[in-house]
Amino acid sequence: MANTYEAIATVTVGSGGAADITFSSIPATYTDLIVKLSGRSTTSDADMYIAFNSNTSNYSRRVLRGNGSAASSTSGSDRYVGTIDSSGETASTFGNWEIYVPNYAGSNNKSYSIDSVEENNATQAFQYFIAGLWSNTSAITSLKLEFIAAGTFAQYSTATLYGIKNS
Amino acid sequence: MSHKLIVDCSTGVTTEVELTAEEVAQREVDAVAFAEIKAAEEAAAQAKADAKASAQAKLAALGLTADEIAALN
Repeated sequence: MANTYEAIATVTVGSGGAADITFSSIPATYTDLIVKLSGRSTTSDADMYIAFNSNTSNYSRRVLRGNGSAASSTSGSDRYVGTIDSSGETASTFGNWEIYVPNYAGSNNKSYSIDSVEENNATQAFQYFIAGLWSNTSAITSLKLEFIAAGTFAQYSTATLYGIKNS
Repeated sequence: MSHKLIVDCSTGVTTEVELTAEEVAQREVDAVAFAEIKAAEEAAAQAKADAKASAQAKLAALGLTADEIAALN
């Protein structure tokens, strides 16, 4: 169990929205990384992609999705990391999303795990658990969250990058 | 044109940068590709659900009770 947990940087989206959010110049001084996002898209597009070090190749993922009455599982060789609240869901509600990236500065391929939920005020909403792999041995120095299509992070969407040390 | 936010973790400074035409074009390409992936995943899930329903109906026709069919899941 990690015994340190430090906020490295945080960003809150302003009134103009944002097509994507990138944490750059991530220090290599931690053991693991966590990003926590409270987010909403201003459009109907709310599927998100991730990119480490601006690299868009050699990703794979498995997704378990449930809505309280049914569950489904999919897999793919892409950068999909879940879906947050879209414009079609209850106004002013934000989805929660978290990614855990262990050993991000090491020289092995980079695994990551994600859990996220869409919030829709007790009507149908989805929860996601995702296991992902970036088959690249480079240390992670940047992390980008972006919408796959025309999504835009709504004002007040907030992302914080945390670093975890094991000593 | 939309912009992106870049947070420099070494300084804590956030910068707003306009998306380039290439980035906008790439998003459109990604959107088309992912829509195809999603459609294939949904079709596969539907086919699996249809096959399950068909199998359950055939088991019921053979005389299995609902509880017996559920026990096979």
